[in-house]
Amino acid sequence: MTAQTIHRTTPRASAGGRRKAPRWGQLASQAFLISACVLWLLPIAFALYVSLRPYSETQKYGYVSMPHHLTLKNFSDAWTQSDMLHYFWNSVLITVPSVIIVLALASGLAFVLTRVNVKINVALLIVFTAGNLLPQQVIITPLYRIFLQIHLPTFLAGSGLLYNSITGLIVINVAFQLGFCTFVLSNYMKSIPDEMYEAALVDGAGLWTRFRKLTVPLCRPALAALATLLTTWIYNDFFWAITLMSSGDKRPVTSALANLQGQFVSNQNLIAAAAMIAAIPTLVVYVLLQKQFIAGLALGSSKG
Amino acid sequence: MTDHELDPATVGAPRAPRRRRLGRLSGRDKAVVAVLLGLPILIDLVFIWGPTLGTIGLSFTKWNGVGGLSTKTCQPNVPSILNNGCLYGVQNYHQAATIYPEFWPAVRHNLIWLAVFVFFATPLGMLFAVLIDRGIKGSRMYQSILFLPVMLSLALVGIIWEFMYSQNYGLINTVIGHNHNGNAIDWLGNPKLNLWSVLVEATWRQAGYVMVLYLAGLKAVDPQLREAAVMDGTNAWQTFWKVVFPVMRPINIVVMVVTVIESLRAFDLVYITNKGINGLELLSVLVTSNIVGETQRVGFGSALGVVLLVISLVPICTFLYLTFRRESQPKGAR
Repeated sequence: MTAQTIHRTTPRASAGGRRKAPRWGQLASQAFLISACVLWLLPIAFALYVSLRPYSETQKYGYVSMPHHLTLKNFSDAWTQSDMLHYFWNSVLITVPSVIIVLALASGLAFVLTRVNVKINVALLIVFTAGNLLPQQVIITPLYRIFLQIHLPTFLAGSGLLYNSITGLIVINVAFQLGFCTFVLSNYMKSIPDEMYEAALVDGAGLWTRFRKLTVPLCRPALAALATLLTTWIYNDFFWAITLMSSGDKRPVTSALANLQGQFVSNQNLIAAAAMIAAIPTLVVYVLLQKQFIAGLALGSSKG
Repeated sequence: MTDHELDPATVGAPRAPRRRRLGRLSGRDKAVVAVLLGLPILIDLVFIWGPTLGTIGLSFTKWNGVGGLSTKTCQPNVPSILNNGCLYGVQNYHQAATIYPEFWPAVRHNLIWLAVFVFFATPLGMLFAVLIDRGIKGSRMYQSILFLPVMLSLALVGIIWEFMYSQNYGLINTVIGHNHNGNAIDWLGNPKLNLWSVLVEATWRQAGYVMVLYLAGLKAVDPQLREAAVMDGTNAWQTFWKVVFPVMRPINIVVMVVTVIESLRAFDLVYITNKGINGLELLSVLVTSNIVGETQRVGFGSALGVVLLVISLVPICTFLYLTFRRESQPKGAR
């Protein structure tokens, strides 16, 4: 990137009078990006500001006013009054198993599709990739009926059905994300040199060993990137949770917030605080694992 | 597919070694293949492709979700309670296109959504990426800030923007002085305005997403290409459109697909805003409200789902064709 910047300016500098052009360009770019960033932060910053102000103060002076004092009380109130811990726990119970199961199934599938000559491997990959691109609403009608038909033992689903159970949400998240992960992992696995597999074969490694001991460790960067993406996507899911669950108390936190919005309709400060709390996990993922997250998105699009 | 090329003995005979290769699998290997292949295929068929076919099938029936389906043809002029679960032909489609008042507005809203994503969010994201990729001061910080909304759930985006748009306490109305009962602008309630207000929220998120995809693409562009172009005397604008943009073809395909799919999938934002009514109708909302609502019209909702399926198959097939075309060619052709 630096090399390119240098080359961009050198010929211009030699052209004499146009030397200033890139500097103006730089200035304009800076100004544009700074104003864009202000616009991009404004909604979040304002919601955060509302969440930090006492209800009584915003009642008296309006939401857009100078602060007299700031408080964290809305956060503690939102936490205690709305049972957020419970919804968070639901989110964890849905997200963690889903991510693990998707990655396990997708890596196994991608391995077979790239390393074993199943005649229909390209066709299968196409089927899985296409499945991930369908809008959710295309499959929801029969899915809803299927979820009502499948009975589960009560230790897996309190409702006794796949419908309205955390297991059901895990199942659909796994099914839906499988395509994307298989696509990304199979692209990644294709880049592993054949010689490594030849060597493993000479050492007498069976197919399972070649998968478990050779492929999975080599795919660790891709798996980490995908895990970050999946965690965010599944945690942020809204559609499956509101269509495949009937009772609010089993819902994950992002969709439970929709109910809270109705419950606290008169106290917007509390809603703002609850929204901020619900955003914390993804923001933590973002701050700690931004590189992985972006790497995951890039992996999905880097196929040449 | 890849192994035989390393084996000098089999070059020139690409068919035969395939079979031999599979034949070399031991019994245990075959069991591994069966499990690793079987389980995901089962899940995908039962929960994705089964329901997709189911939607198509149900779209030709008239069914309220109670009682069974039959192969009888629906009888005209019979009360709908006696006419349940019967074959309805293309009547659902016909009704959707002719007498269902929300259908055409929803199609129009989906198209507007797509147009805003294509002509506004995507170029904006691309512009962000190009500026950031030039390595100006603070580029990492800009990137982080512009990408922030992508991490948030769309439901949360809707809640957060409520504080910007609210009639009485919203930031926008207060700043422009339109927050009094007489002159307040109802950004999210007025059916002439609310689609555009929600599209601002959607663009706010989508531009960051597009930016990251393009950043990945720009990093992959060989710097020598640009150097050569600059040496040839092209300016930055020409270099981008004539050299960099064409090289990013794979990313352009992905961005195109993401844009179309995301605008067809749009649901969360309008649902959290007003459950997708009064100016915010979308096809996705209509499907959902017909099957999970109180009066279930499963057949009719499915027909709307099939419309959505047919539209989304266009970008899906394009993507698959462009992506997998070279898979079926011999490897050396790459």
